[in-house]
Amino acid sequence: MNINELREHLCGQYPDLCPLFSIEFGDGVLVVGCDKLHAAASDLKDLGFDRLGMLTAVDRDETFEMVYRLTSRSMSAGIFLKCHVPRENPITHSLNSLWPAANWQEREVYDLFGIVFKGHPDLRRILLPPEWVGHPLRKDYEDDRMVRRPDYI
Amino acid sequence: MTLDIKERSWTTGSDGTPVEELVVNVGPSHPSTHGVCRVIAHVDGEVVTKAEPVIGYLHRGIEKIVENRTYLQIVPITDRLDYVGSMYANWAYCRSVERLAGIRVPERAEYLRVITCELQRIASHMMSLGSTGADTGAATMFIYAFDVRERIVELFEELCGSRLTYNYVRPGGVSMDVPEGWFDDILSWTDAARNSISQMDRLFFGNFIARGRLKGIGVLSAKDAVGWGASGPVARGSGVNWDLRKHDTYSVYPRFDFDVPVGSNGDAYDRARCRLFECYESLRIVEQAIEQIEPGPFKADGIPRLLAPRPGDAYDHIESARGSLGIYLVSDGSPRPYRMKVRSPAFCNLALLPLLAEGHTLSDLVIVLGSLDPVFGEVDR
Repeated sequence: MNINELREHLCGQYPDLCPLFSIEFGDGVLVVGCDKLHAAASDLKDLGFDRLGMLTAVDRDETFEMVYRLTSRSMSAGIFLKCHVPRENPITHSLNSLWPAANWQEREVYDLFGIVFKGHPDLRRILLPPEWVGHPLRKDYEDDRMVRRPDYI
Repeated sequence: MTLDIKERSWTTGSDGTPVEELVVNVGPSHPSTHGVCRVIAHVDGEVVTKAEPVIGYLHRGIEKIVENRTYLQIVPITDRLDYVGSMYANWAYCRSVERLAGIRVPERAEYLRVITCELQRIASHMMSLGSTGADTGAATMFIYAFDVRERIVELFEELCGSRLTYNYVRPGGVSMDVPEGWFDDILSWTDAARNSISQMDRLFFGNFIARGRLKGIGVLSAKDAVGWGASGPVARGSGVNWDLRKHDTYSVYPRFDFDVPVGSNGDAYDRARCRLFECYESLRIVEQAIEQIEPGPFKADGIPRLLAPRPGDAYDHIESARGSLGIYLVSDGSPRPYRMKVRSPAFCNLALLPLLAEGHTLSDLVIVLGSLDPVFGEVDR
């Protein structure tokens, strides 16, 4: 299914999600508020996006951008679902109840970004040791052992 | 962390007798954990009641390191992700960069990528099948598998000078064209490879000990495979017919005639069989690709050393030997990526271990772990 068919399919089934849909670099992107994320993900799952391919976060200064990549086997298509979590007190909903695939990936985001997922069954650090201080993929993370390369250009 | 004697506890079994639950620490340095994986296994007698993988022993912070590197400097770093299948990470990364920077890849380069990646798939599956053999006590399998793998590694050495970390696929094409007679070397080897693989099939899967060790172990249902985000032979072993080369096709794959082997029972046996049959399909693709490839440029013209794609984000994925390997790149317009995320199939597949190992004996825990085929460079990143 190409991107325009996907847009029509989405708009036909869920008209309220339609204005949030855009196309970037050939991929469909749906930006929602984080309070509506779980509902939107559930709608997309009903639409045929049965796999949670990837889940990650991006540090956008004042907010953390949560990025979910959903794929559909029946439609041979992928879609991005995004929401912005405030940097102060970053809490969002876990998608573990919809896709168990979120379990480890949310733990990874918690570990490296410090975003807390409400409803996650086992939110602990996963890649770093439990006693680690700080969340390294935040842009303001500081560590004495870190070496910043000089700007050649 | 050492095993604390206080972790031993007495519980009451189903028949009312006291049962001592023991916590057994497996790894991180254990010959059968396929890398540096630690599993904390709670056992009742010999039966695993709970298995908890502890990962991160090979975490090098690649996603943080690359924020400080230029786009071209990252290619050799991606080699270090899946060190059994470096070509895949190279390719997945380059596809994301090409999408972000709007680079068109010449056709010859696409064919060279397909040929090298399909050979890589065989090499990677040989590693997995060989270690499945070693796990089940058939050490001969390891020798046979490495015989096939060695030839592929030699071919790669001829091609790009490296045996393990190839740094071959670059944004816009590949690093160099093939040496003279390279395709003929492959074509004169494919029949021997088919024979070796079918010999391994009879030697190992025809053996009743191997069948007994693998059948019915670590059964994964198709529903769980989809829900847990499993991909590659782990999902296909459970009957989930999902192969990006076929169903979300990319590069020149639509031009080839090949099948996707799919299992039905979802146990360790079906996963291993899927890997074995994929090797035949990869050989078919390689032969067709060598037949179709035309002379031409192997790299796109006019790609600057210092790529600075326009701001935005892009995701692209390919079917690696372990499943769908995706790279998510965010650019802020500078010559260094703002963020790179590796969607690692081995990481998502390994998350299934607690589900699959429960109820099996401790010796089968090793088989379940081996059947998920994790490579810890990619799990821990």
